[in-house]
Amino acid sequence: MISSNQLRFSYSAQKKFNFPDIHCNDKETLLILGQSGRGKTTLLHLLALLLTPESGDVVIAGKSVKNLTPQEITATRAKNIGIIYQRPHFVSSLSVMDNILLSNYLANQKEDRQKARHLAEELGFAEHLSKKTNQLSQGEQQRVSIARSLMNNPNIILADEPTSNLDDDNCHRVIQLLKKQSAQISASLVVVTHDQRLKDEFPNQVFL
Amino acid sequence: MNLFKISIANLREKKLNSFLSALLLTLGIGMISLLLLLNKQLDEQFKRNLKGIDMVVGAKGSPLQVILSSIYQIDAPTGNIPLAEVNALRKNPFVKSVIPLSMGDNYQGFRILGTTPKYIEHFNAKLAEGHLYNASMEVTIGSKVARDSKLKIGDQFSGSHGLDSEGEKHEDKKYKVVGIFQPSGTVVDQLIVTRLSSVWDIHEHSEGAETPAVAEVEHSAGQTQVDPEPDEEGKDVTSALIQFRNPMGLITIPRQINDNTSMQAALPSIEINRLFSLLGVGIETLRTLALIIISIAGVSVFISLYNSLKDRKYEMALMLSMGATRTRLFLMLLIEGLSLAVIGFFAGIIASRVGLWVFSKSAEQDFHYSLGKFALLPEEVYLFFGAIAIGVVAAALPSLGIYRLNISRTLAEE
Repeated sequence: MISSNQLRFSYSAQKKFNFPDIHCNDKETLLILGQSGRGKTTLLHLLALLLTPESGDVVIAGKSVKNLTPQEITATRAKNIGIIYQRPHFVSSLSVMDNILLSNYLANQKEDRQKARHLAEELGFAEHLSKKTNQLSQGEQQRVSIARSLMNNPNIILADEPTSNLDDDNCHRVIQLLKKQSAQISASLVVVTHDQRLKDEFPNQVFL
Repeated sequence: MNLFKISIANLREKKLNSFLSALLLTLGIGMISLLLLLNKQLDEQFKRNLKGIDMVVGAKGSPLQVILSSIYQIDAPTGNIPLAEVNALRKNPFVKSVIPLSMGDNYQGFRILGTTPKYIEHFNAKLAEGHLYNASMEVTIGSKVARDSKLKIGDQFSGSHGLDSEGEKHEDKKYKVVGIFQPSGTVVDQLIVTRLSSVWDIHEHSEGAETPAVAEVEHSAGQTQVDPEPDEEGKDVTSALIQFRNPMGLITIPRQINDNTSMQAALPSIEINRLFSLLGVGIETLRTLALIIISIAGVSVFISLYNSLKDRKYEMALMLSMGATRTRLFLMLLIEGLSLAVIGFFAGIIASRVGLWVFSKSAEQDFHYSLGKFALLPEEVYLFFGAIAIGVVAAALPSLGIYRLNISRTLAEE
């Protein structure tokens, strides 16, 4: 479960954002739509605790993050939030498998190879596990980053433009996988995008 | 998964950069370590052979040459001096012992040295087999001579004139091996030691061919009892090693010899210091060069990590967003620099041993000296910490950027 309350953020005096409150329960999905420059990524970073808001609050799994120390914020993020970025990025020197396991390692969780292999099978890249990430296609890479975001069984999955670089087939496939996987672990799924193709896929929508 | 694994994967990802950094470190460390090894072993070899010899007298010429030829057996002798003058030194109250040396022949490049039993005593050479030479033309050979020339007890051989193996052979008179010394790590290992009279015999026989019988009789008479300090009229020797009874000798005797006799006195301590200060210029230059190479290696590690950090900024932000602490990533980068330093150090140590081995091979061929000690020197432990320090500093400087990385901006920019 994730919700925000009167979030405000400014990069400078001219560039200020006031964000609408959002709320997404466990097992629910939420689509945040907006054109470029409306602060989509800023909102996602605020929700992902990568940025600290000027005012307002974010509640993660029922707990306000307002007065947490940076260490606690990092730990909360690692434990509760899986993030999928617009362009899938990886540690290029590591294999696909190690990139997925990195989630566990960096969050100080036990490395679960079984789970990584299972996710790879479900997401359809099991044969690529020992390859380097840059040997995979964009669609495959995006599916790997989905797997990576799921490794710690997060409470919330945040996706930033997950489909903007994908063709229609891959776009549909990735969204279906995202919905299915987040439902399986009872997580809230929040997708931030300008991709109009996703409009019909999500019942709950917020416009920036 | 651990930091070490990620660091190594990162190094392997940039193979050429890592290779260059490690190679530079290897070169620098290897050079310094080789210099340390050579310096120490040459020093040891020189000191060991020098021990207890306060002065060398020889024919006039270069004093360094007298020292090198008489103590280390590596240069040509300066000429001959009369044995009578050498023996006259024994009467000086400051002189403790006089060891006359006579050389001029070799067998397969190993010098045949005529001397008194005092020489053997001085170098504390112990017999491994057989007995000490007793009669003229009997020899006791050093351990390296035995190994390389395959001479055994009872074998006979003829020496060649001069100090290298190409000299004309004294075919008419053969030496006989009666004993072999244990390895002592001194110059004795590479010598064929015999009585002074053997050297005289050989040369009288080949040069003064008219009176062979007389010479023969004369010497067989001398053989009946071993004369430890022969004093024969009209005989020459090459040089003599002198020990003083007290340091006062150093002040007066060399002057007396240089002024009043046909001989010259050379002081090993002074000459060897001179030699080392001459060599020292070269060693100093090489050492400076090695330090420069090591510094370049440090810069190379720095640049390579700095660049890769720029390329991997997004990766770092990503790992931070996934729960990594900045200190953890800093450590990861530090391990990359450290691994290069450790690899460079050990490769350098191995390279220096290979270098020493090659050097030792050629030194053995040219001078019969071997430098075969490959153990780790205490100085190399400091060198290890030096390499680690360079790795840490070169890695830490660019890696401090981790603490300034803006996660959100870096992730949003790409």
